[in-house]
Amino acid sequence: MTATPPTPALETRQLTKVYGEGNTRVVAMQDVTVRVERGEVVALLGPSGSGKSTFLTAVGLINPPTSGSVWIGGELVQEGPRALTDLRAFRRRHMGFVFQKSNLIPFLKARENVQIALELGSLGSREARKRALQLLDDLGVGERSEHYPTELSGGQQQRVAVARAIANQPELILADEPTAALDSNRGRQVMELFREIARQRGSAAIVVTHDHRALDVFDRIYEMEDGVIREGQDDLHTRAKPDPPPAT
Amino acid sequence: MNLALRDVRHNLGRFVLTCLGIGMLLMIVMGMGGIYRGIIEDATLLVDRVDADVWVVQRGTRGPFAEVSRVPPSLQHRVAAVPGVVSSRDFVFHTIQREREGKPLRIAVVGLSWPEDRGDWLPLVEGRPLAQNHYELVADRSLGLPLGEEIQLGRERYRVVGVTTGMLASGGDGIAFATVRDAQAIQLELSGEAVRLEREARRTRARRGQLPLVQPALAERAGSPSASIPALPSQALTAVLASVEPGREEEVLETVSRWSDVTGYTTTGQRDLLLMGNVAKVRAQIGLFRALLTVIATIIMALILYTLTLDKLHDIALLKLIGAPNRVILALILQQALLIGAVGFGVALALGSWLFPRFPRRVILTEPDLVQLAAIVVAISVLASLLGIWKALRVSPNEAVG
Ligand SMILES: Nc1ncnc2c1ncn2[C@@H]1O[C@H](COP(=O)(O)OP(=O)(O)O)[C@@H](O)[C@H]1O
Ligand SMILES: [Mg+2]
Repeated sequence: MTATPPTPALETRQLTKVYGEGNTRVVAMQDVTVRVERGEVVALLGPSGSGKSTFLTAVGLINPPTSGSVWIGGELVQEGPRALTDLRAFRRRHMGFVFQKSNLIPFLKARENVQIALELGSLGSREARKRALQLLDDLGVGERSEHYPTELSGGQQQRVAVARAIANQPELILADEPTAALDSNRGRQVMELFREIARQRGSAAIVVTHDHRALDVFDRIYEMEDGVIREGQDDLHTRAKPDPPPAT
Repeated sequence: MNLALRDVRHNLGRFVLTCLGIGMLLMIVMGMGGIYRGIIEDATLLVDRVDADVWVVQRGTRGPFAEVSRVPPSLQHRVAAVPGVVSSRDFVFHTIQREREGKPLRIAVVGLSWPEDRGDWLPLVEGRPLAQNHYELVADRSLGLPLGEEIQLGRERYRVVGVTTGMLASGGDGIAFATVRDAQAIQLELSGEAVRLEREARRTRARRGQLPLVQPALAERAGSPSASIPALPSQALTAVLASVEPGREEEVLETVSRWSDVTGYTTTGQRDLLLMGNVAKVRAQIGLFRALLTVIATIIMALILYTLTLDKLHDIALLKLIGAPNRVILALILQQALLIGAVGFGVALALGSWLFPRFPRRVILTEPDLVQLAAIVVAISVLASLLGIWKALRVSPNEAVG
């Protein structure tokens, strides 16, 4: 992982996903080729149904693409529908997820939700517990650590989810509308958190968001429409006028 | 971190209710097995407890428990003379049904050979064995006759001098032990009026028949007690029991079988007669019912455990998403199933131990039966988990998203 020429955190080639067949056939994502460097925080914009979640889950190795390939940390892990490694172990070691709904395990307390991720990353339970508490503290929810997810506010749940996502120092953080349930202030805080984590730990983050006010936090912006991705310039007004298609 | 325990902790109410439900179900299965054992145990109790090696009964009968048997009183001496027999004694067994405080009272009366057998072998919880030839009873607790109680049976009053526990006849009736003489009297002695009527009937028969013309003495004696009429010897014994030198049972049986009026059985033979005869159908019935109940319990438990897993599918998808290996997911499902099974079994055992002694007939929980049921519960838990695990391994981590 520490090769001299910096390998990108994520690289995809011609990722395509087709749902259904015949009448119900939907091309949710078409020939998506992107490259995200370590330390980079990237926003993914696009109207509902444009294929953002499809892309994110394909890259997250939980929704195999119809064709195309995924490299993570320089390793080819997915080629079409074929997995080239133990995806679950790979996710555990190299990826962190945050979703719109908090997706915490309901029968585990906040601390335990983070701790389980650490233990799965083969940390001893005592050590994992300490680290989990530390992470929750860092994210400002330390005093809620012994509460169940249902006892936390939406923002607190998201923070715990973020803590869990970054617990194992993943190379790639994938977040699908993580701030949808939050007010814009808290939303921005979460985005800045990703920014900070990426800088500190050299990991990359791809964040699907609708919140245009926080776009300045990101290094780059991708936009998706009808399954096709293109790199956006930076802001609202650039999105409004139809750009010339990027050179592919 | 143990996920199964944490899920239980978080859903404690549901867990407790599930365990209670399964516990009650298992208690019924357990109880049915106990009733089955109880029937067998009760059926063979007397045969096992009465210390006899060979039972000599009326020829051709399967007595004394499976059917009525009558042997002459002199048989005891005949049996005693058989080579290999150490000692022999009289035995009387019959069931009576009387009324007591407006309720039917069924008593299995066992006559003990006085003075050789005073009932020292009885499992007494109160009082003492028989101490005199007459008018004493050792009654089983299930009869509800307290120590010191006097009870009118036939023409005499009998005092309860000892109380046993768990002494039941194959039909489930409590046993009262008396001396052979008393046991005979209880069964045969009629009320004064009945005796007068019987004697009058005999006199009438004597007047009408030809016999008194040939034998005038018979007409004279027609009105005396029946025991004094030699033409009608009393055959009031049920069986004769013999203690035999070790290893010579077959030899004694061989000798006895040559006599034309009696049949001999070993204790094992008696047991078989009881189990094949008296209780065979009840046993088969309960046995089948128990098997059926076990199958039903299996299905219900499997469904409950499967449903519990289905409820957790989203959580399992989430665990997969964050990279939990299958072994973690397997452990979650399996441990919880086993926990529910184990706690359910414990509930069944606790509830059963409290409830079963209150049943009218004995419910016997034997260790092998309990171990067997425990093994079945483990098997059910694993089996039911496999269903859930099969489902859980198929769920895509993508389902956690959305
Ligand atoms: N499991 C699925 N089966 C069939 N069609 C799907 C499935 N998931 C998404 N789609 C379709 O693929 C397209 C892209 O969906 P999605 O990736 O969820 O978009 P977004 O996240 O940008 O809203 C939509 O037209 C959606 O209807
Ligand atoms: Mg989406």
